[in-house]
Amino acid sequence: MINRKYNGFLDVEILNLKFPNPLILAAGILGLTAPLLKRVVYSGAGGVVTKSIGLKSREGYPNPTIVDLGYGLVNSMGLPNPGLKMFIEELEELKGLKVPLILSIYAFSEEELMTMGKIISKLKAVSAVELNVSCPHVGGISEIGKSPELVKSYVKTLKDNLSNKPIIVKLTPNVSDITSIAMAAVNGGADALTAINTVKSMVIDIETGKPLLAGVFGGLSGPAIKPIALRCVYEITETLDVPVFGCGGVETARDVIEFIMAGAVAVQIGSAIARRGLRVFREISIELKRFLELKGFKSLEEVRGLAHRR
Amino acid sequence: MKNVRRPVEVEAVVEENFKIKTFLFKDKLCFKARPGQFLMVWIVGVDEIPLSISRIGDLCSVTVAKVGEATEAMHRLKVGDRFYIRGPYGNGFREGGGYVAIVAGGIGLAALLPLVERLNASNCKIDVFIGFRSKSDAFWVDKLTGFINGKLTISTDDGSLGVKGLISEVFRGYVKNFKPRYDMIYTCGPPAMIRQVFQDCKKMNYKVQASLEAYMRCGIGICGSCCLGPYRVCSDGPVFSNNQLTKMSELGIYKRGPDGLKIPI
Repeated sequence: MINRKYNGFLDVEILNLKFPNPLILAAGILGLTAPLLKRVVYSGAGGVVTKSIGLKSREGYPNPTIVDLGYGLVNSMGLPNPGLKMFIEELEELKGLKVPLILSIYAFSEEELMTMGKIISKLKAVSAVELNVSCPHVGGISEIGKSPELVKSYVKTLKDNLSNKPIIVKLTPNVSDITSIAMAAVNGGADALTAINTVKSMVIDIETGKPLLAGVFGGLSGPAIKPIALRCVYEITETLDVPVFGCGGVETARDVIEFIMAGAVAVQIGSAIARRGLRVFREISIELKRFLELKGFKSLEEVRGLAHRR
Repeated sequence: MKNVRRPVEVEAVVEENFKIKTFLFKDKLCFKARPGQFLMVWIVGVDEIPLSISRIGDLCSVTVAKVGEATEAMHRLKVGDRFYIRGPYGNGFREGGGYVAIVAGGIGLAALLPLVERLNASNCKIDVFIGFRSKSDAFWVDKLTGFINGKLTISTDDGSLGVKGLISEVFRGYVKNFKPRYDMIYTCGPPAMIRQVFQDCKKMNYKVQASLEAYMRCGIGICGSCCLGPYRVCSDGPVFSNNQLTKMSELGIYKRGPDGLKIPI
């Protein structure tokens, strides 16, 4: 269905886009300005996803917006972003980026999505669009990703209004059957999927007996959710022949291999930057090459989906 | 772990002037902090804000100017009250020997005082240039006099204390006239002041370390709220040197709000 040719050792081609390695900056992490996104690319990322951008600007929630639990982060940023029109300024600066630039977007209604799709169609810097229907801490967004009907309808609306750019749908794990949501996204016209967004969660401050995050609910990311993310990738790729970006708790090359073996075409990295810094991209690339050499694999394609063998 | 919010008790409160208070507390991690590092300070139910560590020792402190909701809430704290901190975060200043200048604007002095203390202990020759809005905004002048062996120059916007004018202009005049051979310029204050000081320092071939500020959320280098040029103030900074400062074309021109929109300064 989709061209998935792997060039060279770590190169991956997904949706006709060439990623020099399968390590992509996840949405919501650092992706608010052009200079920072460029720096992530110079740091060795194979692709970047921007912060989720809406039609209008949003301030997000007041602090505290993040809790580090050691085994993962709970964040409740509340989708802060300058709005699509102002973000175009940043995107203009990103023309000619050496890796694919994926624009993450969200919309509170299909009308908003229609408007956004038309604007984005004209943006040369954007290689693909990742539709965020899964942010667990903003009401009106997380609900979309939990309903197969809404997912299908939103994706179709975007598809009808977006020309020449593939659509990736980022799925929430906060559902009982992620495969049915994945199927709805594909039926709506999704070209690829990202699994998973953060796991809806909360933290209580025992000194005050109140929720710690100003936004009350947050999204859990990092090592704690890796097994959940792996299970989701595995379940989806067991049923559907669609490229899946694995996302959730990737911190080492071992984690990347697990995701690829579960069926992912590439991975997205976010929270690991808090612990390992921006070096994480280059370091994992080196670790990955070493692993492939050690095991005698000639490409990541040989590893992909191995866990599905019967 | 430094990222876990921990309560600290206010051991003492010092009123520095009509709008600045220093809150002293004990904390093992802050005891080991480097000058120039900062804390994320959480005032429950209000906000969490970055504050420079203004004293490092058995008693540590943050020095807070009343400028908004969070700092007003902070100012209501009394001895025995508690607030939460996480950190210390950021790189802090690199301490070098020789002949140095400190250029500070107002509350920016809070980040610089522990540095001045260390530099003094290591027998540096220190000139201090400090600007305030007016005499009533001045603080720590006596403290600085005790710590430095070089020149102390004070300026105020209205001339009510020291020289009349911006401290960046006073500093520029001084270095142009006397061409002192500074080994390092340490600066902290309003972004527009830092921009000016840095530009003049470049002309004089001075090495600069500037402590910068920005709207902050995570403090651990992932959210991107505090970006300046290609850098994150929280984890690449808050102290930046010449090469990095050159890449921040927006410094002193605009800052970014919580939504990432550019706000002219």
